[in-house]
Amino acid sequence: MTGMASAVQQDTPELRGFREVQRLAYACAEAVAGRLRPGVTEREAARMQRVWLRERGVRDWFHLPFAWFGDRTAFAGFKVPLQFFPTDRKLEPGMPFILDMAPVHKGFTADIGYAGCLGPNPLHDKLLADLEAHRELILREVRERRSLREIYEDVEHLMTSQGYANRHRAYPFGVIAHKIDRVSERRWSPHVFGFGTQSLKGLISDAVHGHRDGWSPLWSPYHFSDHPPQPGLWAVEPHLGFRGTGAKFEEILVVTDSKDPEQSAFWLDDDLPHVRRWNQEKVAA
Amino acid sequence: MNLSQARERYVRTGGVDLCVAELGDADRPTVVLVHGYPDSKEVWTEVAARLAEQWHVVLYDVRGHGRSTAPKPLRGGFTLEKLTDDFLAVIDAVSPDRPVHVVGHDWGSVQSWEFVTVGRTEGRIASFTSMSGPSLDHFGHWIKQRMIRPTPRRVGQLLGQGAKSWYVYMLHTPALPELAWRGPLGKRWPRILERLEKVPAGDYPTASLPDDAAHGAWLYRDNVRARLSRPRADAYAHAPVQLITPTGDSFLSERLYDDLESWVPTLVRRSLPAKHWVPRTRPDQLTTWIHEFVEANESVGGDGAPRQPAPQGPYAQHFGGRLVLVTGAASGIGRATAFAFAEAGARIVAVDRDAEGAARTAEMARLIGSPAAWGEAVDVGDEAAMEKLAALVAAEYGIVDVLVNNAGIGLSGSFLETTSEEWKKVLDVNLWGVIHGCRFFGKQMADRGQGGHIVNTASAAAFQPSRALPAYSTSKAAVLMLSECLRAELAEKSIGVSAICPGIVNTNITRTTRFTGVDEAEQDRLRKRTSKLYGRRNYPPEKVADAILRAVVRNQAVVPVTPEARGARLLSRLSPGALRSVARLKPPL
Repeated sequence: MTGMASAVQQDTPELRGFREVQRLAYACAEAVAGRLRPGVTEREAARMQRVWLRERGVRDWFHLPFAWFGDRTAFAGFKVPLQFFPTDRKLEPGMPFILDMAPVHKGFTADIGYAGCLGPNPLHDKLLADLEAHRELILREVRERRSLREIYEDVEHLMTSQGYANRHRAYPFGVIAHKIDRVSERRWSPHVFGFGTQSLKGLISDAVHGHRDGWSPLWSPYHFSDHPPQPGLWAVEPHLGFRGTGAKFEEILVVTDSKDPEQSAFWLDDDLPHVRRWNQEKVAA
Repeated sequence: MNLSQARERYVRTGGVDLCVAELGDADRPTVVLVHGYPDSKEVWTEVAARLAEQWHVVLYDVRGHGRSTAPKPLRGGFTLEKLTDDFLAVIDAVSPDRPVHVVGHDWGSVQSWEFVTVGRTEGRIASFTSMSGPSLDHFGHWIKQRMIRPTPRRVGQLLGQGAKSWYVYMLHTPALPELAWRGPLGKRWPRILERLEKVPAGDYPTASLPDDAAHGAWLYRDNVRARLSRPRADAYAHAPVQLITPTGDSFLSERLYDDLESWVPTLVRRSLPAKHWVPRTRPDQLTTWIHEFVEANESVGGDGAPRQPAPQGPYAQHFGGRLVLVTGAASGIGRATAFAFAEAGARIVAVDRDAEGAARTAEMARLIGSPAAWGEAVDVGDEAAMEKLAALVAAEYGIVDVLVNNAGIGLSGSFLETTSEEWKKVLDVNLWGVIHGCRFFGKQMADRGQGGHIVNTASAAAFQPSRALPAYSTSKAAVLMLSECLRAELAEKSIGVSAICPGIVNTNITRTTRFTGVDEAEQDRLRKRTSKLYGRRNYPPEKVADAILRAVVRNQAVVPVTPEARGARLLSRLSPGALRSVARLKPPL
């Protein structure tokens, strides 16, 4: 379904559905993060997410949950996509971790990323705090209707000036974001290489349509992203890496064709763990 | 400076009188400095004076040395057991209720190993800093292991250390060493130290040297053979140990300490490019390390504050606690270099024109292991500003141990279209920036006379001519030649100079490079185009940073980094004509 194009109001039933599943996913991340202990492996953490969401009615996935621990949060030495899958790496005190999951719930999809740390780690705190500027920059430039490729370059530039490496370069096609949509619920929904076939179908059909009209459902540094933001829902995931420590968030950005800048783009939800964290820091300061 | 301000007293033990000197506030934790052979406590003068600002410093002349009396008879009077009695008597006198921090050099370290591994001193030693003196027990096991399972490498290690120990066999011959020391050797020794070890003249060695050396021969005769043939099996350290290894030590090989972790539960390793007599030649560095180690082991269980974890990684033992200044540190190679040094535990001064970027580098450096880091905003091409910076750094943070002159800008375009204004700008930053850095900071290093290292970032363009980069290449070729000349000059001061020639590295130099003779739009297009090419090559600045740290450790002269830089370097020596042909090609922009 691509009916988002004309959805302007922030609380249409459509958006509410997406917001609900995004909240569910973040609740899952927080619950699993709270249960992580030294010695837990990535595989176990990924399974914990799967089980938690299944218990709450999730039957299909855009992609299966991931978990990265330690220097894998910075994708150190990632060359092939198989390295994204959870391994037997064990969590240790002070180690950063990232949980990433994309459940489909009642036909709505979310794709979220949650960065945390087992115990205090000032460097990780710094990375998380520095992500705020990226959230602001992305929203501002999308509202200005800059080309996706240009925004990508600006995000990358900001990361470089912050002293970080752009780790979403290591993602498939180097994407910082991809389109997300409603998924029809089927009784049988298999997945290939961790990706739900129903969701992939949507993405591929978007790619085919987009290709004809000159846009792409993947937000990348390449020329196929050389177009203004396409109305719809985008799962945006800026990912910072710094010498063996990585941090990211991933959440849904709503882009519409409204002429009002405020309405032309907005984050689906401002009540998310990383946003709350920034707000609390501001209050504390 | 000498020990004349010290409070002196005698401690009587086992039939000898030991001359004990104290400096600093007696209420502070005590640091005991134990001298080696053939020395007296004066070998520590420089270090003791510096440490006394913080700690209660205690030195004593080992029996038979300096102003302590010698046992009678000499034979059997210098066993490690008796030396341990002496040590206990001294610390009971100077610090009866508090464990002390021991620092030993040469034979002082050999005996301190005994102190720190025997049961009767347990609880009396809070930490031990060892330099140039292994435990005879560990050494015995080291030899045994290599004799029992000889592999070519192990035999090599044995023969290597065997050759370095020539003086030990000499000292075992009867009477002859005494004659030599009391005769010609004793007279010439100060000159020998000055020539071979570059030990600066001062209150050391003292007039008692011939007697000290003659008596001290019994240290070897009473202990070496006995311990090496029957090493104790329980020689485990009961206090944390900091091992400082001078890499240029003519008497001890670094390999001796390979297995040390199995004997010492808490071990911190440091290495220093210097010769044997580090208490005289590197007092500043030793003071910093001793101070840090003592402080770290004092705070344990004290205020309960968590200790910063010791930096890990291959370079931690070389750069931990040292002061490193990097120019152009707000981005690219400079920033990556600052981070690499920070990770190894160095203190960082990040210098850049971009104040915010420099501050950011310093902030991140602290987060990844630098005990202290500062950002300074200076244009390296500005002579007055650089001079001011050098004075400020010396006053606030100390003398720089490693200087990385990295700041540079790009300029591309044909020679004839390059204006004199543009020439000036490139030379100001790329060449004069390096000159100013080397002059002001290099001079401070040389004046201090305790070694150091200078790294200048040149470029593969320094030996690869090109029609596209005449001004840039000229500036970099000058930096390369400057570095090689300076290297020759500073060698006698134990200061190394390295020129780094990175090649095509993915940094933002391309985003700020000026292209001559084109309008703004074309300028912009060319910048984007080259940035993209450099991005596609995608050689990370972190690898250059790694090459820089390695160059400092190995004291390499010229270091091409990327494969293209290495290729160009090779061609420039084998077939410069080929490079000249390449130089004629127009770059694909």
